[in-house]
Amino acid sequence: MTQAAHLWHYWLIIVLGMLGLWVVIAKRHYVKKLLGLSIFQVSVIMFYVSMGKVEGGTAPVYLPGEDGGVDLTAAYSNPLPHVLMLTAIVVGVATTALGLALVVRIREAYGTSEEDEIAAADRAEEDELHRQELAEEAL
Amino acid sequence: MIETNSIALVFFAFLLVIGVAVTVQRNLFAASMLTGIFSLVSAALFTLMDAVDVAFTEAAVGAGFSTVLFLATLALTKDTEKPGVKRPFAATFVVLLTGGALIYGTLDMPAWGTSEAPIHAHTASYFVTHSITDIGLPNIVTSVLASYRGYDTFGELLVVFTAGTGVTLLMQRKGLFRPGALAIPPKSRAPYVREMPVVRAVAKTMLPFILLFALYVQAHGDFGPGGGFQAGVIFATGFVLYGLIWGPAKLQPIIGGRPVQGLMASGVLLYGGVGVFCLLMGYPFLDYSALTPDHPVHGQHYGIFLVELGVGITVSAVMLIIYFVFSVRPRVGRGAGELGP
Repeated sequence: MTQAAHLWHYWLIIVLGMLGLWVVIAKRHYVKKLLGLSIFQVSVIMFYVSMGKVEGGTAPVYLPGEDGGVDLTAAYSNPLPHVLMLTAIVVGVATTALGLALVVRIREAYGTSEEDEIAAADRAEEDELHRQELAEEAL
Repeated sequence: MIETNSIALVFFAFLLVIGVAVTVQRNLFAASMLTGIFSLVSAALFTLMDAVDVAFTEAAVGAGFSTVLFLATLALTKDTEKPGVKRPFAATFVVLLTGGALIYGTLDMPAWGTSEAPIHAHTASYFVTHSITDIGLPNIVTSVLASYRGYDTFGELLVVFTAGTGVTLLMQRKGLFRPGALAIPPKSRAPYVREMPVVRAVAKTMLPFILLFALYVQAHGDFGPGGGFQAGVIFATGFVLYGLIWGPAKLQPIIGGRPVQGLMASGVLLYGGVGVFCLLMGYPFLDYSALTPDHPVHGQHYGIFLVELGVGITVSAVMLIIYFVFSVRPRVGRGAGELGP
């Protein structure tokens, strides 16, 4: 039980991430999958950020010190995960946009964004090609 | 600390409820809006974990820009999902296994919030104690972002640029960026909004302040939360608001031209150019002391200002182009016009 008191932040973040992962795996609509992916992404970012948190600390912006300088004795949270994650958020939205552009193009080609319908359309096309080949051989 | 923990618990409960709602919601319009709320609540949680810069970015990107992007995609596809899931038991099994393994992995982690955790040793403690003398900026995150780890940030900026290029190539149509190519706005898009006086008045009043705020965030990133990434997204959001209300055809003469595509590249070039200038001065790549060799700390200030400007220019241009190519694309194929007015 003592571990639960110290680690529950991480566990809740993992639960959130797994929710997003489930949506990515189990849902068929591509836009829904990308929504799940962004939930998963937020959880991963939160995991990193939460590791940088120092109990009783403050944001990593220097507090003013007594002699006009800065206060180096205060507890600051770790700035490194913040740096890595804030760029990851912007990169994340740019790559999500790339995914959404692909969804739009797939929709234009297949007329649907549902995974199983696209797979069915592909199978139908392959069968059709196969039948044509057989017909040509027969000639 | 009990209070912050209980506030965090409330936010986590919110996030779980919203996450489940996104999962079960079959109306994807509603699910997209809920994801925006998810981002906003998680931004609050980031603030609680002292990550003010991350919270700022998440609020600008997740709650602002990416929601608009999802809605723009839904306007081009179907906005309801078919019922049922694919192999629910296999998916649940995989997710439970992964989650269980991850939780088992956390058992070896140091307690949450302890200052003795290994993550705080090595470089991180150096950044906190030395960045004020090395670089002289109050915001440690900006010092690390633009100077100590300037290579990383340059790489991330290149990824943003590449994604912007990829989206443009995927959604490119002939004459997309030629002025007047969209003389007739696509049907069924933003038909009534621009006629609503309240929306027009509010948007017109807010627009200059959004852009001014973006410039403030850009310039003030050295001293408080903010910087090029956040400013770029906020700046683009101002134009997105304009496009949402007056329609993409009106937006095209402003941002649809070649100049914005040029800006996309020029931010990256500015960032890389600063690095090359340092090399030519005989210093390492992106060592800003080269800018004013007599006074290295001043050089750091100039360098950080320039690379943050490059980041801001590229990010805002990429976001503008992404929104633009999504919003002007006509809806084609089966089911066109399904989305009501």
